[in-house]
Amino acid sequence: MSILLSNISKNFGDFAALDHIDLEIPEGELVALLGPSGCGKTTLLRIIAGLEQPDSGRVLLSGEDKTEQHASHRGIGFVFQHYALFRHMTVFDNIAFGLRVKPRKERPGEAMIRRKVHELLQLVQLDWLHDRYPDQLSGGQRQRIALARALAVEPSVLLLDEPFGALDASVRKDLRQWLRNLHHELNVTSIFVTHDQEEAMEVASQVVVLNHGRIEQQGSPSEIYDHPANAFVSKFVGQTNVFHLDNEDKIWLQHAGIVLDDPEALTAHVRPHDIDIEKNADASSSPFTLKDWQHLGSAIRVELAREVREQGKLAPVVYAQMPNERFKALQLAKGDRVALRIRHAHWFN
Amino acid sequence: MPGKRPALGFTLFYLGLIVLIPLSTLIAKSLLLSWDEYLAVITNKRVLASFRVSFAASLIAAAIASLFGFIIAWTFVRYPFPGKRVLDALIDLPFALPTAVAGIVLATIYQPGGFLGKLLSQAFGIKVAYTPTGIVIALIFIALPFVVRTVQPVLQEFDATMEEAASTLGATRLQVFLKVIFPNVFPALLTGFALSFARGIGEYGSVIFIAGNLPYVSEIVPLMIITKLEQYEYAGATAIALTLLVVSFLLLFVINLLQYWVRKRSGQL
Repeated sequence: MSILLSNISKNFGDFAALDHIDLEIPEGELVALLGPSGCGKTTLLRIIAGLEQPDSGRVLLSGEDKTEQHASHRGIGFVFQHYALFRHMTVFDNIAFGLRVKPRKERPGEAMIRRKVHELLQLVQLDWLHDRYPDQLSGGQRQRIALARALAVEPSVLLLDEPFGALDASVRKDLRQWLRNLHHELNVTSIFVTHDQEEAMEVASQVVVLNHGRIEQQGSPSEIYDHPANAFVSKFVGQTNVFHLDNEDKIWLQHAGIVLDDPEALTAHVRPHDIDIEKNADASSSPFTLKDWQHLGSAIRVELAREVREQGKLAPVVYAQMPNERFKALQLAKGDRVALRIRHAHWFN
Repeated sequence: MPGKRPALGFTLFYLGLIVLIPLSTLIAKSLLLSWDEYLAVITNKRVLASFRVSFAASLIAAAIASLFGFIIAWTFVRYPFPGKRVLDALIDLPFALPTAVAGIVLATIYQPGGFLGKLLSQAFGIKVAYTPTGIVIALIFIALPFVVRTVQPVLQEFDATMEEAASTLGATRLQVFLKVIFPNVFPALLTGFALSFARGIGEYGSVIFIAGNLPYVSEIVPLMIITKLEQYEYAGATAIALTLLVVSFLLLFVINLLQYWVRKRSGQL
């Protein structure tokens, strides 16, 4: 089912949580709503589900206007951040809930419900937990049961609010992969909310970046990363070095290989892996010395300190990233003066 | 705390002094009667009638107070309204009010010439004062805070996202209430019911004025005990008291079993 949001606004008192949002999500996508805390991403998700009413705007599911429709009639599966499992029911009864509350005419028989619940339990690989209560499960297990419960009613859209937020790091990694595979298998249009850009890039087929209740950019992970629409997206998604074209930076930036005779804009954003370094630079062409470096596994991240002519002014450390072999070949020691080569930069005002 | 031994010692000493010694005295005193004498006291028609009145009134009052208390607790937890804090404090009034004061007030307004008594008898032909209905009303008054104060914190703690989850799964408002909210609150409601019931059985001051104490109609068990005491029939009084104690204990035990069963069934144990 495709989702179309037009001109959605929502205020909480004086605070504008969502500011004229237009968003179209084609059928079958796995979309991440990405943004910092308080950017309105959860509110947007709740409006799609019908758990929150927008102050203005329309919500269209498969072309049908569902703005006024109650959450219970929208046919949407919602997975809550803290799972919201029914504490007084077993895992089995939790998953069966959506089937058992159907109107009598549509309600499947007990045998059918039993089969369906066990199918779902197998899908989330937790069939052996069917008679436990939620309080007896771990976080990752609860998460998967919550997902199975939402899937039981065969929703046409699956919404997940910070699905990995309350889990520890190793479980989170597994579940990300698992969710991606599950989406491949079921191919149900899914939207999940996250503040973790790595998670968004890894799991989603489409990323929507939100900030201050507005959409900053929508696109595939590679579009977002390689062609950020503005300074916010560039800084929020992935690591980036920001250079301002005052006189200070201008001199060495010219040496670094960026054409500055006719600059496109006044601020350059450079990804760490777009910076290469060379040894034995002279002080006039480069203000950088090697400060420290860290192993990231497959790559080395280098911290470069910048000399500042004005006393008392602190220049931010510049990060560069390169393969291990390249770093070894350079044979650098702490304090060595280095020159920078910048392969690519994004320009913003 | 100073450690297990002194703490346990203190607990046993306290329970012995305040609870067990008086209770064993009660048993010892009633043992002064022979079995036949005991049966004669207990099966006296007037005494039996008073048992019927006390238990029936307490059960009905506890049930009604549970319903009303639940609604009031729900309102306090779910809806903001002006004067909420003041009303919330007023709920505890029956706890603090001397029961005799409550009794006199209730008797005054429900007596045939009183404000509510007149209204009810003229409009609906219902007589409240000097009937078992009056006893039930007094007991509801006393029981209400027990229910509100046991249910309120549970409703407060209730995770509202469970309701939203039920909604997104297609449940109607009624289904959400019956299948999600109520089962989570039911054990607390049962506790409130048990407390109300237990209090109702022993309640004297607030009931005695409105009840009118007509033999066979509106005499409660505590009154029978006092009557016996006034006639210096100590053994008879303790025989009634002991019976009351045993029956109340059995009923509370059954309610506790029910509660255990509910909690176990809902994974709270």
